[in-house]
Amino acid sequence: MQEFGTLQSKSIKILVDDIDTDQIIPARFLKTTDKLGLGKNLFSNWRYGEDGSENADFALNQEAMQGRTILLAGDNFGCGSSREHAPWALSSWGFRVIISTSFADIFRSNALKNGLLLIEVDAEQHALLVAAKDDANIAIDLAAQELTLAGGAPSEFPIDAFSKRCLLDGLDQLGYLQSFESNIEEYEKGR
Amino acid sequence: MSVVPQTLFDKVWQAHVVSQEPDCPPILYIDLHLIHEVTSPQAFAELASRGIKVRRPDRTVATMDHLTPTLPKKLAVLDDSAKNLLDTLERNCEEHGIKLYPWGSGSEGIVHVIGPELGATQPGKTIVCGDSHTATHGAFGALAFGIGTSEVGHVLATQCLLQERPKTLEVVLSGTPGPGVGAKDIILGLCSQIGIGGATGHVIEYRGDAISALSMDERMTICNMSIEVGARAGMIAPDETTFEYMKCRPMAPAGEAWDAALAGWKRLRTDEGASFDRTVHLDVSALEPMLTYGTNPGMGMGVSGKIPDPTNANSASEADALSKALDYMGLKAGNPLAGQKVDVVFVGSCTNSRMQDLRDAASILRGRKVAEGTRVLIVPGSAAIKREAEAEGLDRVFTEAGAEWREAGCSMCIAMNGDALEPGQYAVSTSNRNFEGRQGKGSRTFLASPLMAAAAAITGCLTDVRTLLNE
Ligand code: SF4
Repeated sequence: MQEFGTLQSKSIKILVDDIDTDQIIPARFLKTTDKLGLGKNLFSNWRYGEDGSENADFALNQEAMQGRTILLAGDNFGCGSSREHAPWALSSWGFRVIISTSFADIFRSNALKNGLLLIEVDAEQHALLVAAKDDANIAIDLAAQELTLAGGAPSEFPIDAFSKRCLLDGLDQLGYLQSFESNIEEYEKGR
Repeated sequence: MSVVPQTLFDKVWQAHVVSQEPDCPPILYIDLHLIHEVTSPQAFAELASRGIKVRRPDRTVATMDHLTPTLPKKLAVLDDSAKNLLDTLERNCEEHGIKLYPWGSGSEGIVHVIGPELGATQPGKTIVCGDSHTATHGAFGALAFGIGTSEVGHVLATQCLLQERPKTLEVVLSGTPGPGVGAKDIILGLCSQIGIGGATGHVIEYRGDAISALSMDERMTICNMSIEVGARAGMIAPDETTFEYMKCRPMAPAGEAWDAALAGWKRLRTDEGASFDRTVHLDVSALEPMLTYGTNPGMGMGVSGKIPDPTNANSASEADALSKALDYMGLKAGNPLAGQKVDVVFVGSCTNSRMQDLRDAASILRGRKVAEGTRVLIVPGSAAIKREAEAEGLDRVFTEAGAEWREAGCSMCIAMNGDALEPGQYAVSTSNRNFEGRQGKGSRTFLASPLMAAAAAITGCLTDVRTLLNE
């Protein structure tokens, strides 16, 4: 897993509440045994018209948005299906950070497995970020748990100790679980 | 010695914690792992790349459901990529010694339908699947939840998961539902009451007289949609109804083992005085048959209601969401939903494809004809249900009315197998999600019960099923 330290980027704003994983990546793109290359299908139904042409007013299609790595979204991001294809598609497009007022549980867990940092902010701070100019830089320092909007003071964001460690060190969760093999065996014997 | 009263969830959780390290989520043991073709291949690939074998194939059960055609027997799969996923699952199961209920074998079905049917789903178990509707199994007093593909790999490799302990939410259901109102209306009622993020971070326990009165099929409908309010899982304490259902299921314990299991299951209830983090009440006698008007399951209302007006919304973002949804749905605020024309009716999915659902739909369709120009698909949840329905003659009720009677599978719930709506078409669907494009690109979905779906099939438009009950 890719490690996460600090990052600075302008944001892409998709300010819709309750963006579900069917919007992030529609089911017809799940027929793959791969994880890579899903970025082209990210937000497909919003991004492309009936005939496959790009919708010019959708953020991801705009020249100025290319290369940005922070997504600023509405409330309850990632609800719906458990498909890990959603964080795969977001990462594959190039996102490293998603900022929202809340995230759905399974999406949160899936994002963590893929080095995607989810930052939960309160409504007030969300409004500040939304109101900021489109080309305002946002700096993120995971170790310090700080988010700084250009021209403003750093503000702290919450993250649990384990997620922080996973992201900072690129911790291999499967390997970590395997290191408990003897506990697992003991548990099985004791039932 | 005083014992701290525990909730049903506390009991199941505590019995499955393998280890708890500081600054690390608890390691939770998983009793049953259900897998299907869409969310498992990358997990098996991860195991292969590390040279790991599946740790407990005996605790793993596989089926094919999302991509399988529902037209009669062994017709061509939609496309090569779908075929590749089905073949990949078969290969992976063979290589790791996992029991697979393959498509066309007569034992296949939607993963959340066959688990209970086989008796693999049991009270007090921890059950996971790479599918968010795993909460269905909570109807038996199991702790069952959906996981992502990386976690599918974790369970395949270690039979364990790293899991933060969720909070608990008590949903107390009281009252007796009126005619034409059932389990689907109850859960859609809860969705519209607390919203689709209303239970995020929580495990729900459904309690109260209105729950005890429900059959297992109905309880599964309710638990199934726990994820639609954002809950991690939904649970119902097992009781005589549960035990009666469990008896003689192929994978249920038998003989002395049954007696021992039963004694344990009877302790799986929330103790007097146990506390929940939150409580929500819902009086089911106040519910009408429900319909959704928008693009998430929380945007629902009683059939006689009027489509809400964004200008009355509580916040700007709610108003935006509602305007966007009505725009997508091609509906106008202030109008009634009843009378709205529908193109397709879908009865199926892990929410509503069991015997009781099919009987409900048949009770309306019997002796009547599907409206001209309306397409009606009836898709049983499993091959076993299909046989049982046919033995009861339900298939003839459906086909004589002019509906299509299909093979088991997910079908138009997720529209991955070729069963899909055309852009712009309206469907009444007994499934669980009305998200934009869920039933095919541009599809517009009204969620409803099997009774309400059947009523729309007869009239060709959204119809209060109670007007047909009285005829
Ligand atoms: S029927 Fe629908 S919700 Fe249920 S498992 Fe299949 S696709 Fe998922």
